[in-house]
Amino acid sequence: MKKKLIKTSIIIFFLFITIVFFVGLNKSSIYDTKDLVGQRLNNISLDNFNSDLKITEQDLKKNNYSLINFWASWCAPCRDEHSFLLKLNNQNNISLLGVNFKDKKDNALKFLEELGNPYDSLARDEFGKNSVHLGIYGIPESILINKDLVVIKKFIGPITEKDFDYIIKTIKR
Amino acid sequence: MRIIIVIFYFFLYLNNLNATPMADQEIIFKNLRCLVCQGQSVADSNSDFAQTIKLVVRDQIKEGKTEKEIYKFLIEKYGEWIVYKPPLNKSNSVLWLFPYLIFIIGGIMIFLLLKKRPNR
Repeated sequence: MKKKLIKTSIIIFFLFITIVFFVGLNKSSIYDTKDLVGQRLNNISLDNFNSDLKITEQDLKKNNYSLINFWASWCAPCRDEHSFLLKLNNQNNISLLGVNFKDKKDNALKFLEELGNPYDSLARDEFGKNSVHLGIYGIPESILINKDLVVIKKFIGPITEKDFDYIIKTIKR
Repeated sequence: MRIIIVIFYFFLYLNNLNATPMADQEIIFKNLRCLVCQGQSVADSNSDFAQTIKLVVRDQIKEGKTEKEIYKFLIEKYGEWIVYKPPLNKSNSVLWLFPYLIFIIGGIMIFLLLKKRPNR
C-alpha cells in the first residue's frame, strides 16, 4: 500500500515536471505589447511640435482612424518606413500623428525637409516621458487606433509593406 | 565639543531623511524589468528605455503615487512582463501557491510518517 503510494507520487511528480517544462519551453519569450491591443488610450497629452499647445484625445477623436508614429532623426529604421508613411498620407480615412521622440528640433526639421512630411499633426516628446503613457519602449513604433481611441494594432519596428497593406485593409473596411 | 556632536547627529538625521525616498525609488527600479535589455532590471541598466522609465517613476513618486500604483500603471502600458514580481492572478496562481502547497503536503507526510513509526 505504502509502496504504491510512493510510486504514484513519484510518477505524478515527474509528470508535473515534464508538463511544466513542455509548456514553459514552448512558450514564446519574446516580449510584445499585445496586451495593449483592445485597450482604450487615455490621458493623452503630447506637446505640439511648433507651439505650446497640447495634442489631446479630442484631436484624435476627430478622425476615423489615426496612426501614431514615433520617430526621430537619429533613428535609421525610421527612414525605411518613411515612404510608407508618405503613401498613407494620401489616404483620406486616416490621420497621421508623428511624435518626435528624444530628438533635437533642428535635426527633426532637417529630416522632414529631406524626406518629406507625412504627418497631419506633429508632436514632440523631448524626454520620452509622455510616450511611456502609450507603452513605447523603442522606436520606430506605431499605434493604429480608431475613433474611440481603442488600439487596433501596434507595430513595433519600422512599418513594412505587409503592415502597410494591413492598415489600408483596416481603414477601408 | 557637545555642540559638534549635536551637529554631527543632526546631519546624520538629515541623511536619513534623504535616504527614505531614495530607497523606495531603488526598490521600484529593481523590480522593473528593462524590456530592451537581457536579464537586467531598470536599476541595472543605463539604456534609453531604462532612463526614461526612471524619469517617469521619479515623477510619479513626486506626484505622491504609491509603489503599487506605479506598478499598476506600468503593467497597464507594458504588460505584466515589466515587473519581476507579478501580482497574483488566475494564470500564475499555481506558481504562487505551489510552494505553500508542497510545504503543507510535506508537513503532513512527515507528520504521518513520524506518527506511524513507534507503532511498528
